[in-house]
Amino acid sequence: MIPGVNSKKRQMCFDWGPGEMLVCETLFKKKEKEEKMLGCPFIYIVRKDIDVYSRILRKLFNESHGIFVGLQRIEEESTGKSRKAQLVRVSKNYRSVIRACMEEMHQVAIAAQDPVSGRQYSSQVSILSAMELIWNLCEILFIEVAPAGPLLLHLLDWVRLHVCEMDALSADVLGSENPNKHENFWNLPGNTQTLTELELKWQHWHEECERHLQDGTFASNPHLESLCKIMLGDDSALLEQKELLSNWYHFLVTRLLYSHPTVKPIELHFYAQSSLDLFLGGDSSPEPLDNILMAAFEFDIHQVIKECSIALSNWWFVAHLTDLLDHCKLLHSHNLYFGSNMREFLLLEYASGLFAHHSLWQLGVDYFDHCPELGRVYLELHIERIPLNTEQKALKILRICERRQMTEQVRSICKILAMKAVCNNRLGSALSWSIRAKDAAFATLVSDRFLKDYCERGSFSDLDLIDNLGAAMMLSDRLTFLGKYREFHRLYGEKRFADAASLLLSLMTSQIAPRSFWMTLLTDALPLLEQKQVIFSAEQTYELMQCLEDLTIGRTESRDLEGQRLQDDDIETTKVEMLRLALARNLARAIVKEGTLEGS
Amino acid sequence: MEEIFAKFVSQKISKTRWRPVPPGSLQPAETFVTGSWDNEENSVSLWCIGDFGNLSSDGGFEGDHQLLCDIKHHGDVMDLQTLSVSQEWVGAHYHIGPGSPSYRSAPCTGIVCNSPEIVTVGEDGRINLFRVDYKEAVRTIDNADSSTLHAVTFLRTPEILTVNSIGQLKIWDFRQQGNEPSQILSLTGDRVPLHCVDRHPNQQHVVATGGQDGMLSIWDVRQGSMPVSLLKAHEAEMWEVHFHPSNPDHLFTCSEDGSLWHWDASTEVPEKSSLFHQGGRNSTLLAHPSSNQLNVNQSLISSWLSTDPAKDRIEITSLLPNRTLSVNSLDVLGSCLLCGTDAEAIYVTRQLFS
Repeated sequence: MIPGVNSKKRQMCFDWGPGEMLVCETLFKKKEKEEKMLGCPFIYIVRKDIDVYSRILRKLFNESHGIFVGLQRIEEESTGKSRKAQLVRVSKNYRSVIRACMEEMHQVAIAAQDPVSGRQYSSQVSILSAMELIWNLCEILFIEVAPAGPLLLHLLDWVRLHVCEMDALSADVLGSENPNKHENFWNLPGNTQTLTELELKWQHWHEECERHLQDGTFASNPHLESLCKIMLGDDSALLEQKELLSNWYHFLVTRLLYSHPTVKPIELHFYAQSSLDLFLGGDSSPEPLDNILMAAFEFDIHQVIKECSIALSNWWFVAHLTDLLDHCKLLHSHNLYFGSNMREFLLLEYASGLFAHHSLWQLGVDYFDHCPELGRVYLELHIERIPLNTEQKALKILRICERRQMTEQVRSICKILAMKAVCNNRLGSALSWSIRAKDAAFATLVSDRFLKDYCERGSFSDLDLIDNLGAAMMLSDRLTFLGKYREFHRLYGEKRFADAASLLLSLMTSQIAPRSFWMTLLTDALPLLEQKQVIFSAEQTYELMQCLEDLTIGRTESRDLEGQRLQDDDIETTKVEMLRLALARNLARAIVKEGTLEGS
Repeated sequence: MEEIFAKFVSQKISKTRWRPVPPGSLQPAETFVTGSWDNEENSVSLWCIGDFGNLSSDGGFEGDHQLLCDIKHHGDVMDLQTLSVSQEWVGAHYHIGPGSPSYRSAPCTGIVCNSPEIVTVGEDGRINLFRVDYKEAVRTIDNADSSTLHAVTFLRTPEILTVNSIGQLKIWDFRQQGNEPSQILSLTGDRVPLHCVDRHPNQQHVVATGGQDGMLSIWDVRQGSMPVSLLKAHEAEMWEVHFHPSNPDHLFTCSEDGSLWHWDASTEVPEKSSLFHQGGRNSTLLAHPSSNQLNVNQSLISSWLSTDPAKDRIEITSLLPNRTLSVNSLDVLGSCLLCGTDAEAIYVTRQLFS
């Protein structure tokens, strides 16, 4: 329900986005006149994945990202026991992160002031608890791959961890008789006993218990008698204590403890199914969690993942669990119909969800990196759409792209930033962005802006930049021209007229200067021509005259076509005449000077 | 190896700073401030390190930082300084001024305080000088730079030094009236943007800068316009460089590549033959630390500028245990070090020189 919108009275339209939906009010044309009612002017963003915005769950995403990246870096060469130990450690790390989140959320739930949010937090806690339950079971069955014997111990720990409050009560009832026998029996020092030895011992103990029952040792006390029956693994006796067993898997493990402690992994699902049926007793149907656990007991990994994907609202759990199981080489690489395998599909979905978040997109990058088939393409598409609010954020994004040789993206991002800079009149920034992208076209654009500013104002802005271009000058011809032109001004300022003169000439003859600027250049040459001493040699003067002629011919033609105003013509012709005069005078003096020198 | 504690805080940290302890106090730093970025609503938060009620068995402290308070901050937090102030200057940096209808504000990228003066620089290339009790800026240098100014630091009191995104250091003297820098220093060759700068606490002419290519440069502003030494350090942008305020032979840098390095130039070891032996003053060296310490033959005087290439060496240590996302900020006070990362974690250690 979206507040402020009355969907019955107004029409809604919507559009899908990558992780969300945009909804707003609209009005389709109707035949009858509709009353003009004040509508709601807002556009609403409806997001499916609200978990991403939870403050506490953010810690889950960040910490698990670190574990994920560390997992990908585990050496491929390590095989056998060391590798298995590493993978189990990774799994425990994931689980401890989930538990930490759960505890924090539990604290917040207790401290919550309004009951609605308190309930929300509590339900979130139970979801996290279920996730940890499933993960733990998967760790025991698929990663640890516990054989018969230790298997039951792990399952006991598993149940104990999750049903600790129930366990506290049942320990009182069950633990009063024969505690020593229990402890000694289960004290297996480093698996020195083989499975058969264990079975034998257990058989002896079981028979002794049965003898006690049949002899009626406990006949006087009905409690002790039912206790004995429980220890013999009698199903009905166990079911009588149903209130103490909070759920069917607690029932299952208790059953196994007392009737089949050396159960083998492949036998598990028989007992699991019967435990579930007996416990529920036809009263209720299995919940999604029950189905997931059952699938795990049946060692059907794909079913587990599929059920989890349906039940949970966020891809986090299935993505990370599948990735871990894939590292254990448990997933057959059967291809899904859209081309990538399950692990990659889930990671891509999860990472895409991260990219829809304003801040967590940085985590998504590493996930895409480890999707060999489609990861790069996804990254290229997503990274261009991140809004560039500040330069620092843009720099981080550029670094991500450059590290992965995504040159197209670098170019487009730098272009966006350079355009922004030009609009804000930050020409130096614009130039440094185009240098970073090695974008010659944009550098030309910026240089043209500089030159335009010079023509309008008569002086250069941003001298600190132009004077210190360095090697970047070579990026574009226009930029080179700009640098050299500025150098000409500098040389002139330092009264190094000969150098300035030859530089000016070379700018025109080497075609670096744009035609439109030649008039300015020639006008710049005027003071040099008017100096007392002869600066331009005869040769150079001829070249200057040639340039002037080239320019005026072009001008005459274009003037005829365009028909400019008389005033402009006047200024132009005056300039040209002055130049012609100056050039001629200079030529004369140069010839004389050169002739004289040669003579002496 | 120092013990370093991490805490995940659900916000990407852009800046962290210790709250200064009163001089002469023997207590280690306890309170620090962080600023976040890239959130829809950013905040500046004040944290306090846990009390001594949480001592572990060997007497070290159990680093759990508690949030004391936080306030909303409009926009990303770009820089932090601790100062006692009760003013807010809005619109200090802009592309098109507040008088115009197409007003566009610009990010303010750096701030430095020397009570009661505050200097700010921004993406608009503007430098502002504020005083704590004045509403308007006392002095503004418009268009001080045609590119973005990334960081600023005080040299001597009336002089500041700025670094920009075309690789130049500029020194400004507030006593002079004009809008021109009194000195410009830069690297030749590629115009690599400089992101951070810090001045040596005792020798006011020695300045360290960090660049976009992860290069650490040491400059002597009295002499020449070239850096004294260039050290190839990180693989990506160096976000912050800090001299240790009381032990200036130690330098700390943090970078986009997710590492935080401690440079120790205080050791004087008799000369050993080293693979990286270089002569001469202006030399570029490669430095690759691992989690163990690595000796690098370095030419620096008084630990940072030196004439004798064979004598002094720098030890470089990487302080963070695992590679993480970018370390955006660090601060060091006494024997306490603090840093914040893009992985939304804050790392604190209080035994820096153990």
